Amino acid sequence: MSTNVIEASGLSKRYGSTWALRECTLAIAAGHVAALVGPNGAGKTTLLNLAVGMLAPTAGTIEVLGGRPAGSPAALDGIAFVAQDTPLYKNLPAADMLHLTRNLNRRFDQDYAEARLGELGIPLNRKTGRLSGGQQAQFALTLALARRPRLLVLDEPVAMLDPVARHDFMALVMTAMAADGVSVVLSSHVLAELERVADYLILLSRGRVQVAGEVEDLLASHRVLTGPAAEADRYAERLRVVHARRGEAQAHLLVRACAGDPVPPGWEAHPVGLEELALAYLRESGAAALPGPARSRNAEPSEVTR
Amino acid sequence: MTALRVPARPEQDASLRPVPWRRMAWVTWRQHRFALAGVAALLGALAVYLWLAGLRVHHAWTAAAACRPASSDACGNLIGGFLATYWPTAQLIAALLLTAPALIGAFVGAPVLARELETGTFRFAWTQGFGRWRWTLAKLVPLAITVAAAAGVFSVLFSWYFQPFFAAGQQIPLAPAVFGLRGVAFAAWTLAAFAIGGLAGLLIRRVVPAIAATLAAYTGLALAAGLYLRQHYLTPLLTSNPNPPGSPWMIGQSAWIVSQWWTKGGKPISQSVLSQVLQGAPQLAGKGGVPQSPNVTQYLNQHGYTLWTSYQPGSRFWPFQWIEGGWLLALSVLLIAATVWLVRRRAA
Repeated sequence: MSTNVIEASGLSKRYGSTWALRECTLAIAAGHVAALVGPNGAGKTTLLNLAVGMLAPTAGTIEVLGGRPAGSPAALDGIAFVAQDTPLYKNLPAADMLHLTRNLNRRFDQDYAEARLGELGIPLNRKTGRLSGGQQAQFALTLALARRPRLLVLDEPVAMLDPVARHDFMALVMTAMAADGVSVVLSSHVLAELERVADYLILLSRGRVQVAGEVEDLLASHRVLTGPAAEADRYAERLRVVHARRGEAQAHLLVRACAGDPVPPGWEAHPVGLEELALAYLRESGAAALPGPARSRNAEPSEVTR
Repeated sequence: MTALRVPARPEQDASLRPVPWRRMAWVTWRQHRFALAGVAALLGALAVYLWLAGLRVHHAWTAAAACRPASSDACGNLIGGFLATYWPTAQLIAALLLTAPALIGAFVGAPVLARELETGTFRFAWTQGFGRWRWTLAKLVPLAITVAAAAGVFSVLFSWYFQPFFAAGQQIPLAPAVFGLRGVAFAAWTLAAFAIGGLAGLLIRRVVPAIAATLAAYTGLALAAGLYLRQHYLTPLLTSNPNPPGSPWMIGQSAWIVSQWWTKGGKPISQSVLSQVLQGAPQLAGKGGVPQSPNVTQYLNQHGYTLWTSYQPGSRFWPFQWIEGGWLLALSVLLIAATVWLVRRRAA
């Protein structure tokens, strides 16, 4: 059985006269760590809030965990959400925060949560407001994971954390992913971090889905061509160039191409990294506004597995 | 790549029973116990004071009321002394208590949602399995019932404390200064203030402005009720004979005068005309204001003028209490329902 943890169709959200999200159609299969990337105001937080039911769509539909309407009791039961800035009740001691979360959910793994707090060195009687930023984020993640969710949604989870805390946080996410098969959808600015953890990429730009696909496929269908700058324009017309970077002598073209495609004479082909790929698309939001990687086997912008 | 498969967990999908309501009881208590303790401290301290003061008031009144013959000057002086000693304090207490529902509504009701929205914790609370609208209902309703019940108990004590002043004829139960503090009204006003606070907190999303808005809205509502609404709960009675047998010079001791006006030959007479008429009787005029003393009334009656009085009789105290309690309860239910509906609608 494979389900889509998030499936959106024509999803749009408008605030006043501003569209935060327009005609967003995508499906994220279970079992991925999906990274939601995009500049500020691209609609990342809006999409995540729609997925957890904190917002209602202006148009379109969004379902989670295989057809449950977002925000429905069945959906809330299976999704744990860690919002931006990891809000906790600052005046509650850690133990009461556990008690509260346990009372608000059908499942809560108290032993797991207490063990995690022990590892983190968070005393149960410490008020959450007195924890460090890294500890608060870890604590919020622990509360979310102790609910034994099927989908973990993280909104900018590491934005406020120092590198060590960031690493520890993502390590806990990956552990949960490996041990329990939790699917993860996270938004982040920190591209370098994504390279290590994400195996699915969704690139949002100005409220639209620009790229969506498995990281492996995306990397396989793109490469960087390096060659004389003078020839760049000539090839740019023939190749599907996502982004061109020109130096004095050399030009670097990020193109959509498969491994077997021919390389122009005098040019070199290199595989592309996820960060580089994402950056290229982020820079070319207008030029490459349309769905993702051209893939011959599937006209859909993203892979839908049902 | 080989996608990790989520293990099938049929027990999660089939028959998804919601998290039981009773689990919210601890949450509500844990998060609002300081606010409730504040209410308990405020009303408790006032109750202790009222109890001690009430004992003295009742003791003094029992002594004054036992004086015989009741119409003698000595007895009059005794009652006058009682009022001089205790009435100013009673007035002050009643005035202070009129603000209690507003304070409870503002400081207990407004933060319930405003604090969550202001600090961002609503993103945590509203995405838990319990569900957003159920969470809101499970917070507002028990808190509302608790503060209303506390206010109800307290108002019984206040009624007892205030009884001698009604007996002495110093105040009537229908008077705006005390009507809202007795019977079911005090609890109902507290409930309404709390419900106003809850909705204001949701709409304003910040604690301090929500508190201010609650105080303002409550004050407006209380003034509107006291000055305009209450006198229309039932059609006022009308009389042209303000001196029924057995009462000194007014329509019984306990009636609430809504308005008075003079007519002659069926037409209303203005104050300036009356003043002119009274100048024909110089021994009566000169005090200014509305001529109401028996002599003035007699004089004007003899000249063909009639004093009309519309009033609410004292016997309507309880009907009025139920009417006021009823609409305030309906308003509170409506406000809480609107709050829950808005929370539910904000998102799916």
